[in-house]
Parts: sequence; C-alpha cells; structure tokens
Amino acid sequence: MDFIVSKFNYWIYIIMMMIGFYAMIAKRNLVKKIIGMNIFQTAIILFYVSIGAKKGATIPILEAAHHAKIPPESIEVAKYINPLPHVLMLTAIVVGVSVTGVALALIILIYRRYHTVEEDEILRQLS
Amino acid sequence: MKPLKLLGLITVIITGFFLLYGVNDMPRWGDTNTPASVHVSPYYIQHSQADTDAPNFVSAVLADYRGFDTLFETTVIFCAGIACMMLLRKEEDA
Amino acid sequence: MINRYDNLIIEFFCRIIAAPLFLFGVYIIFHGEASPGGGFQGGVILGAGFIMLAIAYGMDFTLRRIREKMILFLSCIGVFIYGGIGAACLLWRGNFLDYGKLPLPVDSVSAIRGLGIMGIEIGVGLTVMGVMISIYYDLIDPGGIQPDMLSGEE
Repeated sequence: MDFIVSKFNYWIYIIMMMIGFYAMIAKRNLVKKIIGMNIFQTAIILFYVSIGAKKGATIPILEAAHHAKIPPESIEVAKYINPLPHVLMLTAIVVGVSVTGVALALIILIYRRYHTVEEDEILRQLS
Repeated sequence: MKPLKLLGLITVIITGFFLLYGVNDMPRWGDTNTPASVHVSPYYIQHSQADTDAPNFVSAVLADYRGFDTLFETTVIFCAGIACMMLLRKEEDA
Repeated sequence: MINRYDNLIIEFFCRIIAAPLFLFGVYIIFHGEASPGGGFQGGVILGAGFIMLAIAYGMDFTLRRIREKMILFLSCIGVFIYGGIGAACLLWRGNFLDYGKLPLPVDSVSAIRGLGIMGIEIGVGLTVMGVMISIYYDLIDPGGIQPDMLSGEE
C-alpha cells in the first residue's frame, strides 16, 4: 500500500500516458489520434514538473526581493521548489503546440483531397 | 471488440505494467534531496538575484543562463507558423 | 463573405474585455522578471485577444485591425530582436548572448543583465503572438467555399 500512496503522482501520470497511447493507436478518426497525442504529451509534462516538488516549499520566486540586495548564502534552497523542470517544460509545451498546429493543417489537406477523416475509408480510396 | 483494438489494448496494458514496475526507483513525492535538486539547481536558486536582477528564477534561467535554448525554441515555433502558411494558403491569398 | 456573429451579448462583452486583455498581455511580458509570466505566456494572451475578436466579429473585422502581411512579419521581427541582442553583445567583445558587456547607462552589471532579459522577452512575445494569429487564420474556414473550388477529383 505504501508503494501506491507515497508515489501516487507517478501512478496518475502513467495512467494518463496509457490513455493517450491507446487513443493514438486504436482510434480510427485522425482528429482523435491527434488529441491522444496531446494527452500523452500533457502527461509527460506533468510528470517532469512533479519531480521538482518539495514538501512545504513555495513558488520559485524570491520573496521581498525587488530591487533589494540579498547575499546569496542567506537563501534557503529547501524553501523554493526546483525551477529547472519548469524551464525545460516551457520548451516542451511550445513544441507540443507547434506539432499540433502542423498536424491539424495536414488533416485539413487530407480532408480536401479525400473528403473524409476516417482512416479505413482513406485506405479504401487509396487501393 | 475488433481484433486490432484488442491487440492495442493488450499492448497498452503490458506497457503500463512495465512502466509501473519502474516506478520503484523514482523518488518520493516532495523529497528534498532528489538527484534533480542537488547538482546545479541550488546554484541557480542562490545566485539568480545576485547575477541578474530578476527575482523569478524561472525567467532568469530561461533567458539568461539557458538563453541559447530559448533562441532556437523561438525559431521552432516560427517554423511551425511558416509550415502552416505554406500548407494552407492558396495563391490568391497573398 | 464572413457572417458577423449576430449575438448582442457576445459582441458587447468582447468589445469591453478586448482592450484590458491586450494590456494584461503586455503587463505579463514586462513583469516576467518579478512575478510569474514571461515572453511565451504574454505572447499567447496577446494572440488570444485577437482570436477572441475574430470569433466574435468575424475574421475580416480583425484583418482590418492588423493587416495580413503584418502578422508573420511581426514573428520575423521578434526572432530578429532576439538574435540582434545576442549579436550586439559580440560587438562589445563579449560572447554571444552575454548581456554583461552591453554599454547601457545603469549602475551595475546585474541591472544590465536584467534589461537584457526584458529585451529578449519582448522578442519572444512578438513571435508567439504572430504565430498564434497566423495559425488561427490558416485553420479556420472563412465560409462560402463551394465544392467546385476544392482541389481533388470527386
């Protein structure tokens, strides 16, 4: 039971990843596959961000520090959560948006050519 | 259920079991000395306000310490806009 | 060509909320150093402001506010601002993107780096705004497409 309770966030993200993975490989509509890819990506982003969490820590912005001189050694590291996963996941979110945009553009082109977005009807028209 | 969807479901469940088996080695929720928070992250937290006048560590790391990555990420989103334009605009729209 | 969405409540609400939304987006870009925010977040809010106007009033109304040629041109200017600040640091014998060597008239080296961060976030915000509006304009159906205008055979 301790295996589930102390690492419950990884369980949630793995279940979300598997839902997105199933949508990508088993659905027949092209738009649903793209949505599955988005769900998969969101689960990965949440997984990385949850690694940087610390118990009893606050957001990664220095308190009472605008135009103030604070010596570096007096800042407690355990009071602020880890900013590095947040930085890396900003890039990941932007890449996800770009891929979704281009994928939807390709789906529009496929629709104009074949007048359907179901995968098996497209395969039937190709053969 | 169709056979291909059943095969997909079995694949997903097997992959889920392998991933959950790997969760054993991951750190607890809220641990303060995970390997991710020990090497270079304390330096960023302590020296961000002294090096750059930015209280927000995320902005300081994104735009100053790792500014090169942000430059090419901006290029990536610009290329996505160009790609959408090339795929979908017709000749008379220009 | 495009039908105006003739619903009084939505048009009224969008007219009230659009100008504070643009102001809020600019505020988030400029206060990225001291509060949560930054270039990407502010750029998305600015793009969402234009998209909200396009949803409520129609795309030709929005295109009269920002011309279609200027949308991707704004993205190019954003990338050039970023690369330009980086290359300007080379002129004063620093590394690429080393803001400490720019000769700005403020007191300390850390303040110069703070201003360099702000300049970079402006470039990123412009690029993201331009790309959001451009992708929305490419993906929507402006209405009035006849079947014989589609490419491809029946």
